[in-house]
Amino acid sequence: MQYTLLILVLPLLSFILLGLMDSKWKPKVAGYIGTSVLSIITALSYTTAFMYFTTAKLEGVYQQITPFNIEWLRFTDFLHINLGILLDPISVMMLVVITTVSLMVHIYSLSYMKGEWGFQRYYAFLSLFTFSMLGLVVATNIFQMYIFWELVGVSSYLLIGFYYTKPEAVSAAKKAFIVTRFADLGFLIGILILSFYTKTFDFATLTSGDVSVFASTAGVSFLGISVMSWALGLIFIGGAGKSAMFPLHIWLPDAMEGPTPVSALIHAATMVVAGVFLVARLFPVYFFYAPEVLHGIAYVGAFTALYAAAIACVQTDIKRVLAFSTISQIGFMMVGLGVSGYGGHEGLGYMASMFHLFTHAMFKALLFLGAGSVIHSVHSNEMSNMGGLRKHMPITNITFLVACLAIAGIPPFSGFFSKDEILAATFEFSPWLGAAMSLIAGLTAFYMFRLYYNIFWGKEHKHEHTPHESPKVITGPLSFLAILTLFIGWIPFGKLVTSDRAEYIIHLDPMIATVSVLVSVIFIVLATYMYKKDSFVPARLATTFAGLHKAASHRFYMDEVYMFVTKKIVFKHISTPIAWFDRHVIDATMNGFANTTQWISVKTRSFQSGQLQQYAFVFLLGTLLITAIVIFS
Amino acid sequence: MGDLFINLFSGPVPIEAYLGVSLIMFFAGVYGFLSRKSLIMILISVELMINAADINFVVFNRYLYPGQLEGFFFALFTIAIAACETAVAIAIIINIYRNLSNVDVENLNEMKE
Amino acid sequence: MAEQIIFYILAAIIAVFSILAVTSNRIIRSATYLLFVLLATAGLYVMLGFHYLMAVQIAVYAGGIMVLFIFAILLTNKPGEDLEPENKGKRILAAFLSLTGLAFCGHVIYYNVNKVYTLVIPAELKMQDIGHTLMGTEKYQYLLPFEIISILLLACIVGSLMIARKR
Repeated sequence: MQYTLLILVLPLLSFILLGLMDSKWKPKVAGYIGTSVLSIITALSYTTAFMYFTTAKLEGVYQQITPFNIEWLRFTDFLHINLGILLDPISVMMLVVITTVSLMVHIYSLSYMKGEWGFQRYYAFLSLFTFSMLGLVVATNIFQMYIFWELVGVSSYLLIGFYYTKPEAVSAAKKAFIVTRFADLGFLIGILILSFYTKTFDFATLTSGDVSVFASTAGVSFLGISVMSWALGLIFIGGAGKSAMFPLHIWLPDAMEGPTPVSALIHAATMVVAGVFLVARLFPVYFFYAPEVLHGIAYVGAFTALYAAAIACVQTDIKRVLAFSTISQIGFMMVGLGVSGYGGHEGLGYMASMFHLFTHAMFKALLFLGAGSVIHSVHSNEMSNMGGLRKHMPITNITFLVACLAIAGIPPFSGFFSKDEILAATFEFSPWLGAAMSLIAGLTAFYMFRLYYNIFWGKEHKHEHTPHESPKVITGPLSFLAILTLFIGWIPFGKLVTSDRAEYIIHLDPMIATVSVLVSVIFIVLATYMYKKDSFVPARLATTFAGLHKAASHRFYMDEVYMFVTKKIVFKHISTPIAWFDRHVIDATMNGFANTTQWISVKTRSFQSGQLQQYAFVFLLGTLLITAIVIFS
Repeated sequence: MGDLFINLFSGPVPIEAYLGVSLIMFFAGVYGFLSRKSLIMILISVELMINAADINFVVFNRYLYPGQLEGFFFALFTIAIAACETAVAIAIIINIYRNLSNVDVENLNEMKE
Repeated sequence: MAEQIIFYILAAIIAVFSILAVTSNRIIRSATYLLFVLLATAGLYVMLGFHYLMAVQIAVYAGGIMVLFIFAILLTNKPGEDLEPENKGKRILAAFLSLTGLAFCGHVIYYNVNKVYTLVIPAELKMQDIGHTLMGTEKYQYLLPFEIISILLLACIVGSLMIARKR
């Protein structure tokens, strides 16, 4: 398995090469280099997955293989940071997801970003991002994951702020970086607490089921909560920042300022699932030592899902709808993890969450790339500028429809299988939560079909030039992802990824399946009635529930709350006095040193003025003084 | 100092009187040297100082060393030298006046470099 | 007693006119006050018994140097134009220093005034003695300084000519 190192190294080299590339090469070359590197590592990832899933089983349990684990920093005998590659069912699955989606985005961007200024910078950053994300998922220890976590944040900042001459893009990039960095503070503190008690960073040791690792945490508690809950809760906060859970979700809708392929790659399929991946990676620790944190995660996820779904119903910018949809779906994944147990049927939630991660990456990337295709031909993000596009863009229409059906949970598309398992796990945990999640699934179907009808059906908007189908380089990835969406639902995922890495056969509960399909169909019909043809129902509903509608379209004023807290409270009362102190006391002291020195030097300089009488004066004064001293002492 | 007043109008003039006169003349010269702007005034102050010193020499010669003539000759030579020095100084002043068309001592500050 | 009166008159002249000379705003007046000071100094020399010195003082100083001064003044100023008074700070500093010096030296003089001194009324100083002393080469005789001063005078003459000639 040594070739897995290439999967990490090649994108890094590609980033360095493309980053240092002089503009004497044509921009197209950057695109080709990036894409070819990505195709190589996609092939390598598929090979790794194939080899792993067919050979790494020992008594029915997949082993954690570590082809590399190099010691990098040593703090004490126990505590050292390694860099290495850990192969594990979830990390191999993530390798496949990341490289596939990244390859599609690379190919798509060849045509989408053609002629843009900064084309090779774009591909360099895409390579950097791919490298960081791959490093994150194959991390052997939690500190390596943290390092790559930050790298992913940086790549995201660079890519969101790609159009850096636009002030909205710059501020969106800043917001994303600051919010995730702020969450990463919690992550770091959690890591430190955890490693202080367990004396190790290593994932294999932490999740091995060895009880002695956690022996020193027994009975230690702070403010009534056990120290493991603190550590794991803080680590979850880091994950919540990256995965845009409420209330750290504010950066994700603004991050849509970046180019659409970037949104597809980062903010739909890969980076935002890093938080889910983190919880999944540490799942045995969560389950055995801080189960209440796990339940907290479930409730946070459920609330976030509801919140985002409500907002997505009234957004008019298609990328924002998709962004909130992403937040909502990640909420689903978190719920799946939160309600899960460990091993066998108990661990259904874990398996379902990972399955949903896998399928969601594919169809969400498809949705974003399709939206990009539409935006490319209509030159606008707003739904009011679209309508009736199905006549002009047939392939985009079909692929978008496939993705919408998948996310709505209609069989035989992939979304049905994964979402169904999550609902099953939730119902087992708590019927009320299960009912809530089913309702949210229905809302998901509703707003996705609202989006679909508003783009592809309905009255046509007057365009300057008629929109046309995008070139094959764009529709190619769309078709590929659509085909994947059709078929990956049938993969027996339980055989591959489970909470204790042993096999589990999925049983489809007919009750729950029927209920969920029914709910989705009802909401789809509702959306069809309201949006397929022009009708007055949406406008009337908007005026009837005017307050709710307005609040939802302003995202329930969360941004205003944040702005208020930062501007009125933090800036005004904390930052301003500190800045005043810094400028007027500390700087004044330093300036005082300089000014005093300058004053002394001016005075000293005036001693040598060249004025005869001054020289005579000083001379005489000195003489008098010396004589006085001599005579009077 | 009470002796001074007793001796004021009887007996020879006390040495302190002569020394007091030369003192006043000398420090008037010092004041003039340090505070006047025109070069000619400075030269006048220098003359005052030289004369005060001459008086001192002669007075000490007469009062403390009556048999010898050193103070007298010193004063004589001092007068000669003062004459030379005044001549050269005035030549310089005239040259300065030709170049700067005024004789302010504040304009002559090249010594600082 | 006449001696004291003459002395005090001369002393008063010297004191008043020297102070006036350095504080006057008009240059010609300053020169004139200086002239009076010089003449009064010559008078002091006579009182101390050095007649030859008085003659030299009047001839050289009052007669030569003051004329030179008047020439210089008239060559470098417009007569009748007043000098600007100095700025106050400079005057105060100079006054402070000279008064300090005055107090200091005055203290030294009057502190040591009880040392013994005698005033010996001298025999008249003969010109021959002065001449012999000036031209003699034994101890306490001043031929060498005399010659050197004559060379100095030559140098000064040449120097002044060099500096002040018309280019």
